[in-house]
Amino acid sequence: MSEQKRNLKAHPTRTPMPERDPLERVKGFDEVPLGYTEEMARAEAERCLDCKNPKCVAGCPVNINIPKFLREVREGRYQDAADTLRTTNSLPAVCGRVCPQEEQCEAVCIEGIKHDPVAIGNLEKFVADWERAHRTITTREVVETTGRRIAIAGSGPAGLTVAGDLAKLGHDVTIFEALHRPAGVLAYGIPEFRLPRAIVKSEIEYIERLGVKFVYNVVIGVTVTLDELFEEGYDAVFIGTGAGLPKMLGVPGENLIGVFSSNEFLTRINLLGADRFPEFDTPVLHAKHTVVVGGGNTAMDSARVAKRLNQARVSLVYRRSEEELPARKEEVHHAKAEGIEFSLLCNPVEVIGDENGRVKAIRCIRMELGEPDASGRRKPVEIKGSEFNLECDAVIVAVGNAPNPILTKATPDLELTKWGTIKVDPDTNETSKRGVYAGGDIVSGAATVILAMGAGRKAATAMHEYLMNLPAKQNMQAS
Amino acid sequence: MSGYLIHSARQLADKIYEYWVEAPRIATKHAAGQFIILRLHDHGERIPLTVVETNPQSGQIRLIVQVAGKTTEEFAQLKTGDFILDLVGPLGQATHIHNWGNLIVIGGGVGSAPLLPIAKAAKAGGNKVHAIIGARSKDLLILTEEFETVCDEVRVCTDDGTFGTKGFVTDVLNSWCETGTRFTYGIAVGPVPMMRAAAKTMGQWGIPGLASLNPIMLDGTGMCGACRVTVNNVTRFACVEGPEFDIHGVDFNELMMRNRSYINEEHEAVEHAHQCQLNEMIKHVRAEA
Ligand SMILES: Cc1cc2nc3c(=O)[nH]c(=O)nc-3n(C[C@H](O)[C@H](O)[C@H](O)COP(=O)(O)OP(=O)(O)OC[C@H]3O[C@@H](n4cnc5c(N)ncnc54)[C@H](O)[C@@H]3O)c2cc1C
Ligand SMILES: Cc1cc2nc3c(=O)[nH]c(=O)nc-3n(C[C@H](O)[C@H](O)[C@H](O)COP(=O)(O)OP(=O)(O)OC[C@H]3O[C@@H](n4cnc5c(N)ncnc54)[C@H](O)[C@@H]3O)c2cc1C
Ligand code: SF4
Ligand code: FES
Repeated sequence: MSEQKRNLKAHPTRTPMPERDPLERVKGFDEVPLGYTEEMARAEAERCLDCKNPKCVAGCPVNINIPKFLREVREGRYQDAADTLRTTNSLPAVCGRVCPQEEQCEAVCIEGIKHDPVAIGNLEKFVADWERAHRTITTREVVETTGRRIAIAGSGPAGLTVAGDLAKLGHDVTIFEALHRPAGVLAYGIPEFRLPRAIVKSEIEYIERLGVKFVYNVVIGVTVTLDELFEEGYDAVFIGTGAGLPKMLGVPGENLIGVFSSNEFLTRINLLGADRFPEFDTPVLHAKHTVVVGGGNTAMDSARVAKRLNQARVSLVYRRSEEELPARKEEVHHAKAEGIEFSLLCNPVEVIGDENGRVKAIRCIRMELGEPDASGRRKPVEIKGSEFNLECDAVIVAVGNAPNPILTKATPDLELTKWGTIKVDPDTNETSKRGVYAGGDIVSGAATVILAMGAGRKAATAMHEYLMNLPAKQNMQAS
Repeated sequence: MSGYLIHSARQLADKIYEYWVEAPRIATKHAAGQFIILRLHDHGERIPLTVVETNPQSGQIRLIVQVAGKTTEEFAQLKTGDFILDLVGPLGQATHIHNWGNLIVIGGGVGSAPLLPIAKAAKAGGNKVHAIIGARSKDLLILTEEFETVCDEVRVCTDDGTFGTKGFVTDVLNSWCETGTRFTYGIAVGPVPMMRAAAKTMGQWGIPGLASLNPIMLDGTGMCGACRVTVNNVTRFACVEGPEFDIHGVDFNELMMRNRSYINEEHEAVEHAHQCQLNEMIKHVRAEA
C-alpha cells in the first residue's frame, strides 16, 4: 500500500506530551502524562520516515513492527495499530508508560540522528488507550482446546505474558500468585501516577477473558511444590517469580524506626492503601523530610510517592552523578519538577536515631568519580573526611532488588547461577527441570517490564512446542 | 462469599479466640513453627498468625488469636460460617527438631499457642519435654490441659497468683533449675519482654535455645523487609529466615522498639473503627425511628 507523499521536513521536534501541572499533581496520585489527542498522535506519527531498514524494530526487545503501527496511526486505523502492537506485545498500555524508550526503540530511531526521535512510547500509549476505550469485549476466540494444563508461578509481566500466549493457543492455564492481588511489580511497585490501576486491571481482565484462571495466596515451592503441580496433572510449569528481595544498606542504624526498603514503602501504599489510612487498615509513617537512597526507577517512584503522601520535603541521595542515574530520563524530569531535591555524589554511612529509636538523620559521605569500573561507568570514590549529617525522619532504601529465593530454596533440583537467578536454556527458557520454564527478573536479575514480557513470549513459544510433543495422556479425565 | 471458611469459632479465654479454618493445602503442608498471613476484608491489613494444629483429613487449620488491635478485634467478631478473604501459608521455616534431650519450652500469654505444636513435634522427636506456661492472670491462661497431654511435666504460673505459682515464667525456670534439673535446650514464645527475660535466665543456667519472634510483617515472602530483626549482629528477615532464631543472639530491644513503630496509628485505627460502628448504629436507630 503506497502512501501519499508526505512532507517529512516539517516537524523536527517531537510533539510534547501534555502533563499535569507539577504543583497540582503532587496533591494526588493522578497520572502525570495526560496522553496525546488524536491530532497530536497523527502529527507525531507523521514524523516517522518509514525507513527501509527500520532500526527501531531491532531496538525494541520484542520487535514490535513500529513503522507499521505508526503508519496505521497516521491513517487513523487505530484498531489495526493496536492489533499490530498486540502481535508481539501483550501489555502495550503498560509498556507505552514504563518502557525506557530512550534506551531502546527511540535510541536508534533514524529520525533521531538529526532531530528528535519519533515519540514511539507516547504513540504506543495513545494506541493502547484508544483500544481500551473502544475495545468491544471480544470473548475468547474459539480455539480448539489442547487438554494441556499449565501452572504459572507469579503474576508479573512475565507470567501474564506466558499465560496470555498459551491460553490463546488453547491450553488450560492457571496462574498462582503469592500475594492477594495480581500483576507483581505492576501492582505493588509502580505507583498509580505512572501506571493507573485501571489499566493494570483491564489487562488482567483481558487475560481472564482468554480463559486464564488466577489463584491467589499460593506460594509455589511452599504451599505447593513443583513436583506436586505435576502430580496434580499440570503438564508444564512457568516460573516468573521476579526479583523481589530488597537489598538493604548494610550500615549501622538501618533497622531504626523510619527506615524502609522501597518495596515496603511502595507496598504499603500501592498494594495496601496506606495513603488512605484509617479508611484502609495498613498504616505508613508520615515524615517531614524523607531521604531516598538510590537512583533508579524504584528510587524515583519512592521519592515521588513520599512527596504525595507527606506534602513535605523529599531528597534523593545517590552516589554517582546525574549522568549515571539509572532511572528513566522522564522520571528524573518529573521528580525534579515535583520539587524532589537531588543530593548527588553522596553515599550514606550511617542512620542516626533518637532516644525512641526513630530516625533523626542520615550521615553521608561525599563522593567523586574515579576510574571507569567493569560496567564502564566511572566508579564513585569516597572523599575522606567529607561526612555530613542530613536531618530527616524517614529513609527509604532503593538500592536494588535480588532474585526472590522463596521458590528456588524450596526446589533444590532447580539449577541456579551464582547470583541466585534460575539457569535456563537461552533459546527456550527451559530450566534444568524437565517441563519447567522460567523467565523475567528471576532469570535476568532485576531488569524491565518489556524484557520480562519478551522472556515470557519466548518461553511460551517453547512451551507450546513442548506441550504439543508430549505423548498423549493415558486418561485425560483422571487428572 | 469467597475466601476461607471458618468451620468453628469459640472463645478460649478473655480476649482469646480459637478458630478452625478451611485451608486444605496448608493443612497438609504445615510443620511446627510455621505461620500464615491473612487479610479479613478488602480494606484489611495483612497479619501473621501461627498455625497451632492441622487436620489434613478435613483440610482445616487451627488458629488462636488474641485481641491486640483493630484487625484482631474484627477477627474476634467472626463466627462459624464466616469467611476470611485471604490466607496464605505455610510461611517461615519449620522448627528444626533435634534430639536435644532435656527440653524446656516456655510460653507466655498467647505465645503458648505457637508453642504447642513445637512442643508436640519435639516430643515426637524423642525429647523429654518440660513446659512452663505463664499468663498475667487465670482468665488469660490457655491450653494448659493440652500441654499436660503432650509434655512430660508442666508448670503453670500467673503474675497475680490466681492460678499455679505466683510469679513470672523466669521465676519458675529459676526454681526448677535450682532444684537440680539440667535443661539442655530451651524454646521461648511470648511477649518480647518475656522472651528477653527468658533469654537472660536461660543464659544464666547455660541453656541454649530459640525464641519465636513476632515482628511486624506485610507480605511474608521476603519481599518487603518490614520483618527485619537483628540476630548476632546480622539483619535477618524473620518471615522467611525465621520466625525462630538463636534466643541468645536476638536484639530484643530493637524488636520491641520496631513493634512500636505504628503505636499512634494503631490507636487511631481502633478509634476510627469504633467511630464507624457508632455511626452505623446511629444510622440504624434513625432508620428504625
Ligand atoms: C518500583 C519499581 C519501579 C519500576 N519501574 C520500571 C519501569 O519504569 N520500567 C520498566 O521497564 N521496569 C520497571 N521496573 C522493573 C520491572 O517492574 C520488573 O523488571 C518486572 O516487573 C519483572 O517482571 P516479572 O514478571 O519477572 O516479576 P515481578 O513483576 O516481580 O512479579 C513476580 C510475581 O511473582 C510473585 N511470586 C514470587 N514468588 C512466588 C511464588 N513462589 N509463588 C507464587 N508467586 C510468587 C510475586 O508476588 C510477584 O507478584 C520497576 C521495578 C520496581 C520495583
Ligand atoms: C510469626 C508470627 C506469629 C504470630 N502468631 C500469633 C498467634 O498465633 N496468635 C496471636 O494472637 N498473635 C500472633 N501474632 C501477633 C499478631 O500478628 C498481632 O497481634 C496482630 O498483627 C495485631 O494486629 P491488630 O491490627 O489487631 O493490632 P494492631 O493494633 O495493629 O497492633 C498491635 C501490636 O501487634 C503488632 N502488629 C501490628 N501489625 C502487625 C503485623 N502486620 N504483623 C505482625 N505484628 C503486627 C505490633 O507489635 C503492634 O504494636 C504473631 C505474629 C507473628 C509475627
Ligand atoms: S515496547 Fe518499548 S521498546 Fe518496544 S516499541 Fe514500545 S516503547 Fe519501544
Ligand atoms: S514480611 Fe515482608 S519481608 Fe518479611
